[in-house]
Amino acid sequence: MNSILILALILFGLTSFYFGKSRIKKVTTNGAFEPKALPHFYGYYQALWCALPALVIISIWTVFEPLILKNVIENKIQIASLNELSKDELNLIYSQIVSFAQGNFSGQITKGIESGAITYKNLLSISQGAKIILFFCAIIAASLFAYNQINKNVHAREGVEKALTVILFLSSVAAILTTIGIIFSLLFETIQFFSKINPLDFFFGLGWSPQKAFISDPTSLTPQEAKDLKEAFGAVPLFAGTAFIAFIAMCVAVPIGLYSGIYLAEYATTKQRKWGKPIIEILAGVPTVVYGFFAALTVGPFFRVIGDSIGLEVSSESALAAGLVMGVMIIPFVSSLSDDVINAVPQSLREGSYAMGATKSETIKKVVFPAALPGIVGSILLAVSRAVGETMIVVMAAGLAANLTINPLEATTTITTQIVMILVGDQEFTSAKTQSAFALGLTLFVLTLILNFIALRIVKKYREKYD
Amino acid sequence: MSNKNKITAKQVSVFYGSKQALFDVDLNIAEKEVTALIGPSGCGKSTFIRCLNRMNDVIDICKVEGNIEIDGQDIYDNSVDVVQLREKVGMVFQKPNPFPKSIYENISYGPNIHGIAKDKTHMDEIVETSLKRAALWDEVKDRLDQPGTGLSGGQQQRLCIARAISINPEVILMDEPCSALDPIATAKIESLIDELKSLYTIAIVTHSMAQAARVSQHTGFFHLGKLIEFDSTEKIFKNPEDKMTQDYITGRFG
Repeated sequence: MNSILILALILFGLTSFYFGKSRIKKVTTNGAFEPKALPHFYGYYQALWCALPALVIISIWTVFEPLILKNVIENKIQIASLNELSKDELNLIYSQIVSFAQGNFSGQITKGIESGAITYKNLLSISQGAKIILFFCAIIAASLFAYNQINKNVHAREGVEKALTVILFLSSVAAILTTIGIIFSLLFETIQFFSKINPLDFFFGLGWSPQKAFISDPTSLTPQEAKDLKEAFGAVPLFAGTAFIAFIAMCVAVPIGLYSGIYLAEYATTKQRKWGKPIIEILAGVPTVVYGFFAALTVGPFFRVIGDSIGLEVSSESALAAGLVMGVMIIPFVSSLSDDVINAVPQSLREGSYAMGATKSETIKKVVFPAALPGIVGSILLAVSRAVGETMIVVMAAGLAANLTINPLEATTTITTQIVMILVGDQEFTSAKTQSAFALGLTLFVLTLILNFIALRIVKKYREKYD
Repeated sequence: MSNKNKITAKQVSVFYGSKQALFDVDLNIAEKEVTALIGPSGCGKSTFIRCLNRMNDVIDICKVEGNIEIDGQDIYDNSVDVVQLREKVGMVFQKPNPFPKSIYENISYGPNIHGIAKDKTHMDEIVETSLKRAALWDEVKDRLDQPGTGLSGGQQQRLCIARAISINPEVILMDEPCSALDPIATAKIESLIDELKSLYTIAIVTHSMAQAARVSQHTGFFHLGKLIEFDSTEKIFKNPEDKMTQDYITGRFG
């Protein structure tokens, strides 16, 4: 229904555009007055007036129609029913009525539901009818208003600019609100989790085994259950595993990325740079799941074979394999960002150094690199935050067991892996185990937020220095 | 009175890709004198001066033809080490370009990479002498550890001059050293150039004819990549041979 209306709206809008444009030409050709803007602004003016009010009406209906319908129907159910119904019961009956009305209800049909569905359908058709009438009224009224304004040679450009500002503003508000919504849902679940588990046990506990936290009756815990619960959610092994794998990844990515960045910025000819940079950036375009099975099926077993041949015990899922492949994935970030910051170092500094008789490598080591250092540090921090949040590779290659180890050949696990493990499959939504995923998610979010914040601050400060 | 020639350039042509920027320039620069190169923008004077320490090598598409000798040695000869050449021929740029390091490190940079200083005391001496010669010592002696980029424009340019003379070059090339400075800072640099000429051979590119007249002993006038006239500064400014030079100096074109 809405899609047809919006399609119609687009058509009306387009017509209005040409109508407005030709209208202003007609009004001003006789020389009675000068147009205040170029003709196409009048086109946009007419089109915006045609489309926006109608769009607002559709949006209002989409948001409020289900709410009002639900309210009315639930009231009727409440009146019809003999005994007091709880909110959950009302909800259930209402959703049964709606699915019956839409013809895909598979449960037992009662008289109540049937009559409810009829009422629902009636109300819905009234509402839809009202919507269509209002929709067309709005289009006609607003178009007439705009037409009238154009005849009076309105300031179309100002109106259009204002409307555009508002549209852009609303888009950014939507983006911000979504983010805030996500943060609050994380926060809300995390608070619930911390009402069951002491935050100290979570942040400083050394054992992670959420499957232990199975509680038969949440209202009365046996001492054994309480102890299990206390020991089930110690997230230190996950933090350590995350940091460890990120560290291995940075050991790979920083030297290779940095050196290739320096080569691209300082040594490569224009032609090499033109080809080299996109090729390195292709690495960034490889889906992480591809890296994941590369790590799990190729690199991991390869290390195990090597380890076997020299008498080392290497588990086929190891921190080393995951870290290594993750490092390869991050190379283009480091390389591309450091290439950019090195390029931003003014040529005059290089010339000053060459003029002192410094060689190219001396110039890079003593002038260019120190000047670019803050930017490079910033790019490395951005890469770290990417490594910490990376999921697919570690899920596939790092293992699931929460070992607190610094042996890179053993399996270890990360925050992201555990979130995946906890939320895959059927879950009871209010259990401590499920909610722990939100606590982990929030921790991860805060961690990467801090890293990004510091990194961007450093990069920005550095940019200001040379601009 | 003319000193012996430090630099002799014969038939120097420079190409940027297929575009020729300099045409057969013959020009001699006398020892321990200031030689000024003047001319309208894009006339090739900066291109010429950048040939003298092979700064044009940095630009891929730049090709230099002809013969440039310093003390009788062809500097474009294959046996010449660019590092040693630039140790001998220092350069000061149009825009002050101190390194983003401390004042001290800006000066010690050159002596460090050439291994000139014997020890810390010697380095301190070099830094002090260089800053004194650049007439900057009194202004910065109490804050040698502060960044060179924090100085004023004129001070930065004198810091760059101090940096250039820290490795005790024989020639200093100056590419419009005062174009980014105010008149007071310019006056300071000019009197500095005047003092430095007793120690170094100086070639200066300038847009200001008054400046050329004030500081130089010889002046060359470039136009469209050609050296139009080269003579003593007095002659160029009082009695130029060429009509074009005359017009430029009197401000009739430029």
